[in-house]
Amino acid sequence: MKLVLLDVAQVIRSKNSGPFELTLDIMFKERETYELFKERNLINKDVIATLYGVKPEEVLSVVYFEPAQAIKATLKRLIPSGAPGDRDIYGAQQHGPLLDLEWELT
Amino acid sequence: MPSQELRILSPTAILGYGFPEASFNKALDRKPHVIAVDAGSSDPGPYYLGSGKAFTNRAFVKRDLRYMLVAGRKLNIPVIVGTAGGSGAKPHLKWCYDIILEIAKEENLSFTMAVIPSDVSKELVRGAIRSGTIESLSFVPPLTEEALDATTNLVAQLGPEPLVEALRQGANVVLAGRCYDPANFAALPLLLGYDEGLAIHMGKILECGAIAASPGSGADCALATLTDHSFILEAPNPTRQFTIASAAAHTLYEKGNPYELPGPGGILDLRQCRFTDIGQGRVEVQGSRHIRTEPYKVKLEGARPVGHRSISIAGVRDPIMIASIDAILEQVRAQVQSMGTGNRGQVFFHIYGRDGVMGPGEIRLKSQWQTQKPYELGIVIESVAPTQEEAETLTSVSRSTLLHYGYEGRISTAGNLAFPFSPSDINMGTVYEFSVYHLMPIEDPVNFPDSEGRMMVTVNKGRLL
Repeated sequence: MKLVLLDVAQVIRSKNSGPFELTLDIMFKERETYELFKERNLINKDVIATLYGVKPEEVLSVVYFEPAQAIKATLKRLIPSGAPGDRDIYGAQQHGPLLDLEWELT
Repeated sequence: MPSQELRILSPTAILGYGFPEASFNKALDRKPHVIAVDAGSSDPGPYYLGSGKAFTNRAFVKRDLRYMLVAGRKLNIPVIVGTAGGSGAKPHLKWCYDIILEIAKEENLSFTMAVIPSDVSKELVRGAIRSGTIESLSFVPPLTEEALDATTNLVAQLGPEPLVEALRQGANVVLAGRCYDPANFAALPLLLGYDEGLAIHMGKILECGAIAASPGSGADCALATLTDHSFILEAPNPTRQFTIASAAAHTLYEKGNPYELPGPGGILDLRQCRFTDIGQGRVEVQGSRHIRTEPYKVKLEGARPVGHRSISIAGVRDPIMIASIDAILEQVRAQVQSMGTGNRGQVFFHIYGRDGVMGPGEIRLKSQWQTQKPYELGIVIESVAPTQEEAETLTSVSRSTLLHYGYEGRISTAGNLAFPFSPSDINMGTVYEFSVYHLMPIEDPVNFPDSEGRMMVTVNKGRLL
């Protein structure tokens, strides 16, 4: 079974969590999909690190949040908000790579 | 704990973002006990804190405040403004203070106003650096005295305590510097003895106005009704409603770990939190807990200048140039440097249509960009240098060199760039970066920070007494 994140998510977004961290939220349309992701730990620190080109230790946390049937990942900003070389002061358009995620489940 | 309802009105996500008059009036029909607003954020970046300027529009801040102050006096309920002027430092507070006095004069208002600065003395922080009590947040380098000395504005995110005290002393209007966002909304509930966990979690959701409703909006009102066991969220605008998903989703917003939200003096623990849809677009929230932590710590925020910026914006619609844009930009960079401009300062090429948004982290650079080039690119040439003159020179020479650069295979020999504007180059002024983003323990959250600017002023029929 092919699982495409874009098909099962209701919200995929990014935002600063303070000037030094970027936080990613994925909220699922269906409770069962959230449970499947949680059970199989499909999104974890390694997945986020690979997707965003950071070291796994630069991914602060990946939390499965029951009340919102959501996954929240928080990672280091490559450049702090607004420092020379930054490209996204609010961090609001860093969710793009998540839209490409898909899995072949057995 | 009080058993009666307490209604808290948040008119908009950020003071100056606006709200529909109809929503505000509908909210007033619900007889709120306080109107509170968050007037700022660190999201717009370090420039605003560092420079002392507001990121919100003065005319619209005045527009929003006029509605709030007039309603506050009419209903005889307090109006609370936190993180005044966008960043909450001294110049921001003064900016908002002047606007309030202008409105008071124009509307012939009478009130007492508490003014609560949040600026922290560098000497106090220097002492904390030396005694080793400053704590770095994740991914933030340790605070040095050098960074502290270069910082232009230094504030602390205040907890609700000084706001509660101002209300206790009878303030009708509370104007505060940098505050922990929920503090503005939690202040009256805490004065009256409501539960800390519920009051702070309610503030956490209300601070963004109707962003937490569905459909969300940063320019509309939200109202919460607090009791001894829960709070209920509603959107006065009938086109919006709170849903479990929208309210729970907002609890995630802009925070690292949604189960534990640290703030001044404690942690909001949401492990036991439950969201219930109670119909008519309302959501009830229960089980939020606040756990106090010792010592009481506040988050310090500061920004320092790091140079000056000059930019130029242009487009490219030549497939031959687009195909070898990396090599061309490297050659241009080298040529500019060889002419003696680039020793002090950096040039950044932001290439929109390729990796303008994500930079080297762009995952499609290795795939799509290699096989399928866009037919158009946007380029922002950015220079950051110690002085404005040097930044301007770097941008100007980079722009003229790129415009007429004879790259290999070129057939468009009249010019390489489409400029949308004349002048093509813009001086952006001083560049700031966040220099302080650290925790510091304090002893007295009610009276911190010690400031001559903390005062209670009386305005009588628009005149400052």
